Amino acid sequence: MVRVSSWGRLNAEEHDARALTSTQDVARTLRESAPGIAYGLGRSYGDVCLNPGGTLWRTTGLDHFIAFDEITGVLVCEAGVVLRDIQRMTLPRGWSLPVTPGTQLVTVGGAIANDVHGKNHHKFGTFGDHVRSLKIVRTDGSELDCGPNLRPEYFAATVGGIGLTGFITQAEIQLRRVPGPWFETETVSFLNLDEFFALSIESDSGWEDSVSWIDCVGGGNGRGLFMRGNPVTVDAKPEPRRRSIAMPVVPPISMVNQMSLKAFNAAYFKINKHRSGKQLTHYEPFLYPLDNILDWNRMYGPHGFYQYQSVVPRENERDVTGAMLREIARSGQGSFLAVLKTFGERSPIGMLSFPRPGVTLALDFPNRGEETLKLLDRLDAIVREAGGRIYLAKDARMSIDMFESGYPRFPELQQYRDPGMSSAMSRRLLGN
Amino acid sequence: MRRILIVGATSAIAEQCARIWVKDSAVALTLVGRDREKIEALRVDLAVRSPHSVIHTETLDFLDPVAIAELAKRTSLDGPLDIVLIAHGNLPTQESSEQDLSIASSTLMLNGISPVLFAEAFAGLCAIADHGTLAIIGSVAGDRGRRANYVYGSAKALVAHYAAGLQHRFAETNVKVVLIKPGPTATPMTADLQQQGRRLARAEKVAAQIVKAIDTGKPVLYTPSIWQPIMFIIKHLPQRIFIKLKV
Ligand SMILES: Cc1cc2nc3c(=O)[nH]c(=O)nc-3n(C[C@H](O)[C@H](O)[C@H](O)COP(=O)(O)OP(=O)(O)OC[C@H]3O[C@@H](n4cnc5c(N)ncnc54)[C@H](O)[C@@H]3O)c2cc1C
Ligand SMILES: NC(=O)c1ccc[n+]([C@@H]2O[C@H](COP(=O)([O-])OP(=O)(O)OC[C@H]3O[C@@H](n4cnc5c(N)ncnc54)[C@H](OP(=O)(O)O)[C@@H]3O)[C@@H](O)[C@H]2O)c1
Repeated sequence: MVRVSSWGRLNAEEHDARALTSTQDVARTLRESAPGIAYGLGRSYGDVCLNPGGTLWRTTGLDHFIAFDEITGVLVCEAGVVLRDIQRMTLPRGWSLPVTPGTQLVTVGGAIANDVHGKNHHKFGTFGDHVRSLKIVRTDGSELDCGPNLRPEYFAATVGGIGLTGFITQAEIQLRRVPGPWFETETVSFLNLDEFFALSIESDSGWEDSVSWIDCVGGGNGRGLFMRGNPVTVDAKPEPRRRSIAMPVVPPISMVNQMSLKAFNAAYFKINKHRSGKQLTHYEPFLYPLDNILDWNRMYGPHGFYQYQSVVPRENERDVTGAMLREIARSGQGSFLAVLKTFGERSPIGMLSFPRPGVTLALDFPNRGEETLKLLDRLDAIVREAGGRIYLAKDARMSIDMFESGYPRFPELQQYRDPGMSSAMSRRLLGN
Repeated sequence: MRRILIVGATSAIAEQCARIWVKDSAVALTLVGRDREKIEALRVDLAVRSPHSVIHTETLDFLDPVAIAELAKRTSLDGPLDIVLIAHGNLPTQESSEQDLSIASSTLMLNGISPVLFAEAFAGLCAIADHGTLAIIGSVAGDRGRRANYVYGSAKALVAHYAAGLQHRFAETNVKVVLIKPGPTATPMTADLQQQGRRLARAEKVAAQIVKAIDTGKPVLYTPSIWQPIMFIIKHLPQRIFIKLKV
């Protein structure tokens, strides 16, 4: 048995963790050790990838490429391949993953099971929109293929299906043509939510990528920085050297507190406010700004942290977001890492996919026990009232009611479930 | 194009070496294994990573001296090799070797005799060409016999002894021999240790050091390098102290 955490580091329970290294062995290992759940790089924040006391199947040894067609941009690979390795292999050949989350240190299987989104949701939808087919092994040893045109219902259950419909062994993904690794980027400051929404509408047509940092303690009305970018052609500019620093230890208490936060946010806003104008930025620091700080999640100290990510529908997004920000500011909790983004008009393909038209707010809360949980419940109430939902990839605590109101298609998932797949989250929210 | 041949190419450590080699530049690569399907999956992966590399596969019985000699002969037809890496091995528990002599026997054969036969076959080719680097993966377990794994360890000691002899033989030539001694590394071989929560070196890191040692022709590589001082101490501990240690 070995102690395993997810990214939020809320706990580190014992698991029977088995490393899969060859697709040949998957069926046998699943049959021998089910029930369990797949574990990619554990970049989910809550309990979606955990199974305390039970089996975890580690997927990162299943990291082989199977085919890549440089003419059509179709990539076939095993599910433990890390998105970073795809990007680094295909970008020099003029192809990129159309959708990646804010870190490229996630696996293909994890990206599908949470149907992840990126800064370009308004243009490219979710990761699942670009998956052409999947190979799945169930815990009884049977295998099946699915895709948008082959067992489409099974596919819709699996994309965003939080690992519950079977073990994904390989995926076929349509990449997109890009001019190279460079982005033209621009940072624009906004002083309140009205300005944010105006910038958002203005940017939707001309900018592929957009995301905002928002000050959740200082400015009151929601001041922040709107960052946008487009891939561009740049002739023969050498790629920057990759450097990383690490958070070497877990500090005894969280480094994120009221005082550090207020000062930091004010300074960050001030410095970047005047950085107007367009810049050339390499895709890695632009799309994955935190990936160079290894183990940054340790800064929240030994009790870990919750990430809260909600989406609320367009109708009253302005008021609802304002209400949430006021609630957070009043609580004196919250953190530097607060992100606001509008989603595009697409409805997602997965039965439990998170994105939907509206605005999404994501932020970290150092775990202060009851006090933090109560705040998150108050936020839930606002989100629920507005007809929104919470992202399962980030959640460790929402109630069954909150889940069922946010994900009305959950009963459809049940008939496609693999009875040998079970996680802390599935037991918490689906009863088994 | 550099010509590289890897015996036991599906080993996690060897696979990471291969990924580094194809990333640096296109190479002519021969992958040798026992399992057709696994070795083919590896070939396909490397071919996607490096479309300009020329990659062949070979499968054979790793304990068959005739098959090994034929393999060496076949590969010699395409000209001299720049690098030969011999990486295979297996690690059944020490208790199983104590209880079942056939396991003890296969452990000794696969980790001791087999790599020596491969090395000897390719050493012959290198000698004729007066060219090439022969790298063999031994282990820190070969440095001193200890109760936890002495059957496996003694096979690795045989490899070390053999490599030293080979280095002596090639001292005045352009052929280089590199003996690699990894410490505990996270690979399928150490699945049990990983399940017990032991922190092991990453295969990527070990592989990067191996590739570097092969480039420089370093005679003996401990990897990760911390194992050099550790094994120095362990080797030199007086017996009366050593036998009391729970290692
Ligand atoms: C810094 C940071 C930024 C992030 N930004 C974003 C963002 O912008 N957008 C976004 O959508 N998400 C974001 N995330 C969340 C992250 O993208 C998701 O949690 C992702 O699913 C993690 O992938 P993983 O490989 O670590 O999977 P894990 O977290 O290990 O697992 C996630 C789920 O996938 C399942 N799974 C994994 N492999 C398989 C398989 N082979 N077969 C079946 N099921 C499988 C697991 O069972 C689990 O249910 C971010 C996370 C971090 C740490
Ligand atoms: N991992 C460690 O902690 C560690 C420490 C010191 C030394 N080493 C040495 O490092 C080398 C590489 O091992 P690894 O850690 O990378 O382990 P690994 O991934 O488990 O690889 C073992 C390799 O040996 C092959 N093999 C096993 N039995 C075989 C047989 N009977 N016939 C032919 N091939 C056989 C395997 O082939 P299949 O893929 O077909 O099974 C595989 O290629 C070995 O020599 C090992 O002794 C490892």
